[in-house]
Amino acid sequence: MTAPPETAERPGPPADKKETRGSSGERGRPSTAAAFLLPASIVLLVLMLYPIGFSVVRSLFDASGSSFVGVDNYIRMFTEPETFKAIRNNVIWVVVAPTVVTALGLIFAVLTERVRWSTAFKLVIFMPMAISFLAAGIIFRLVYEQDPGKGVANAIVVGVHDLFATSSQYPDARPREPQALVPVDHGFETRASVRLGGTVSLPLIGFAPGKMPENATDASPVQGSAGAPDRIEGVVWLDFAKGGGGTPGQIDPNEKGMPGVTVQAIQTGTVIDTTKTGGDGRFTFTDLSPGSYTIRLPASNFAQPFDGVTWLGPDLVTPSIIAAYVWMWAGFAMVLIAAGLSAIPRDALEAARVDGGTEWQVFRRVTMPLLSPVLLVVFVTLVINVLKIFDLVYIMAPGSVQPEANVLALQMWLVSFGGGNDLGLGSALGIFLFVLVLPAMLFNIRRFRREGDR
Amino acid sequence: MSAVPDVGSAVGGGGSIHRGPVARLVGRMGSGVVQVGLVAIALFWLVPSLGLLVASFRPEAENNSSGWWTVFTQPAQLTVKNYENLLQNPAITGSFLNTIYITVPATLLVIVLASLAAYAFAWLEFPGRDWLFILVVGLLVVPVQVALIPVAQLYGALGIFGSRLSVILFHVAFGLPFAVFLLRNFFAGIPRDLLEAARMDGGSEWTIFRKVILPLGLPAIASLGIFQFLWVWNDLLISLVFASSDVAPLTVALQSQMRQFGANIDLLSSGAFLSLIVPLIVFFSFQRYFVQGVMAGSVK
Repeated sequence: MTAPPETAERPGPPADKKETRGSSGERGRPSTAAAFLLPASIVLLVLMLYPIGFSVVRSLFDASGSSFVGVDNYIRMFTEPETFKAIRNNVIWVVVAPTVVTALGLIFAVLTERVRWSTAFKLVIFMPMAISFLAAGIIFRLVYEQDPGKGVANAIVVGVHDLFATSSQYPDARPREPQALVPVDHGFETRASVRLGGTVSLPLIGFAPGKMPENATDASPVQGSAGAPDRIEGVVWLDFAKGGGGTPGQIDPNEKGMPGVTVQAIQTGTVIDTTKTGGDGRFTFTDLSPGSYTIRLPASNFAQPFDGVTWLGPDLVTPSIIAAYVWMWAGFAMVLIAAGLSAIPRDALEAARVDGGTEWQVFRRVTMPLLSPVLLVVFVTLVINVLKIFDLVYIMAPGSVQPEANVLALQMWLVSFGGGNDLGLGSALGIFLFVLVLPAMLFNIRRFRREGDR
Repeated sequence: MSAVPDVGSAVGGGGSIHRGPVARLVGRMGSGVVQVGLVAIALFWLVPSLGLLVASFRPEAENNSSGWWTVFTQPAQLTVKNYENLLQNPAITGSFLNTIYITVPATLLVIVLASLAAYAFAWLEFPGRDWLFILVVGLLVVPVQVALIPVAQLYGALGIFGSRLSVILFHVAFGLPFAVFLLRNFFAGIPRDLLEAARMDGGSEWTIFRKVILPLGLPAIASLGIFQFLWVWNDLLISLVFASSDVAPLTVALQSQMRQFGANIDLLSSGAFLSLIVPLIVFFSFQRYFVQGVMAGSVK
């Protein structure tokens, strides 16, 4: 008796009517059946069927229910921006989520077919199905934390980003003498021009000494290079040391040079030469042609580090929540499709192979058609589920972004119970959701009747 | 769906290798590559849950200043303090009990009502039986949203709005179509000889139901019980609408904390873990029945 019940299947009619009617007394009596059916019928009638009818009527009345407004609530649904955004998001959900989940389920089911430890893999993927949307929502709020130091998604994104693009070393650093070193294009430039053979002192502050690069050594003063008329020398250092003291603008003991700072020599607005500072903060331009220069520390030195992606911001919030949904439901699709795969008769596949089909052809021409009823069931189930999505959006979208992430079921709750108190519009939204699942309902009924007739 | 006879092995059927239809296709792609890929996917799937688990064992200050993955280098930061606080928080422990007080009766009631009705649909004769059952199939997909407002008003008129009973009854109603559907299909597959034998012995329908149908239908009842249990345990929306704060379950209590997200990760992570550990235990203990329930419920 451990054979599982099969979905929507009607195992043969329980009794031949001619033979049994009248012959087995009690069983044919409607009163007996009524007694067994009564408790469930009352509950379904009062809490499901009556409410559907009531909602239809209620949706034609205004917020308080006192006056008849016809289809106004349905018109408002498509004209009020909040509700319309919810409908738009629901469309995105229905188009994207079931497709991705079904596709992933198919891929997982196919890949695990011949893997020895497939049970372990399936358990891992399937496990999220057992937990609540609330728990999944909290899990993914943690995943999507903005700070790359705390949220694992951004930690990964920033890590990958920094592999390919070096980030600036000195965010927030700024000149000690803002009059001498003025802001230009998010960088800084000397106000006074520098003559060849001259020296430049560029003290910076606003950067934590503890974050200095490892190769930073004590800054050393520049002597000047009067004997070399084609050079400009200078030093960039952190004009601050732990414990304080020292004279602003002068290199004091323990003050470190800032290595790796990009320095540009500028003549009449164009960059003539570029160099980088050494471990002691020193830099030298050589072979400069005569003239006067300004020295610039370009913006790249001070750019804020890449901070990751704003997953739950207005632009990405819906795709991010859909990703969490995929995480939860891929296992469902995988398990159903895997069961469908294992039920495909071997003969059909062998025959196709004998006929000389390649594996890809066999998969496309034989496996997929035989699997398509299962794929359809999975897809339809997911569509129904996605249409009603509420918890995940409600939990994951931060309050300020909620309007951007809104979906029908959430909007229905918001206008009816979450403060809106508009039971007319709420009923209309409920009926609208009901109408949207009607095709799925007909699909189920047809499937059930067809398989019953077999 | 005759295509899913092998549900047991789908998840829980041990490590036997299926020489499946696409096996050779995969073979060409290189089994080694596939295995490495699957390991990567499995790890990827585990990371989010692992993050919650680890965060729930880290002090508040650590959660606010560094990522959970730092435990791999500094395991000393782990602590059970969050759970101690959680279990001393009357709002959390109370709502945890509320979850049980709602889930257990809602599950048992559905089993009782549905098995009675399923027996009638499977083995008794009455006019309109097929049409009534098609109605049940149709009700499988009705969204709860269509009933929230009318039932709230009905509860208000009856004076039970906000009570535990109101939440339980709503769960029973929306659990019933699936429950009747699942059990009826299973009961109908019970060999007819067994029922006839009982009838010959003069057993009433009630006796047959109790002595033959219920014992033989136990696997399906177990599937249904687990599925309904998880559905009610994990629910947020229905309790959010109908439960007043003193009977609200854990999901509602945690949801009310989301507004301060970031400042209360210690509470939220340990609370979420408390909320999901019961479904996970149920899942791992009864995964075979659970998968059957999910499969049979692939219309809900």
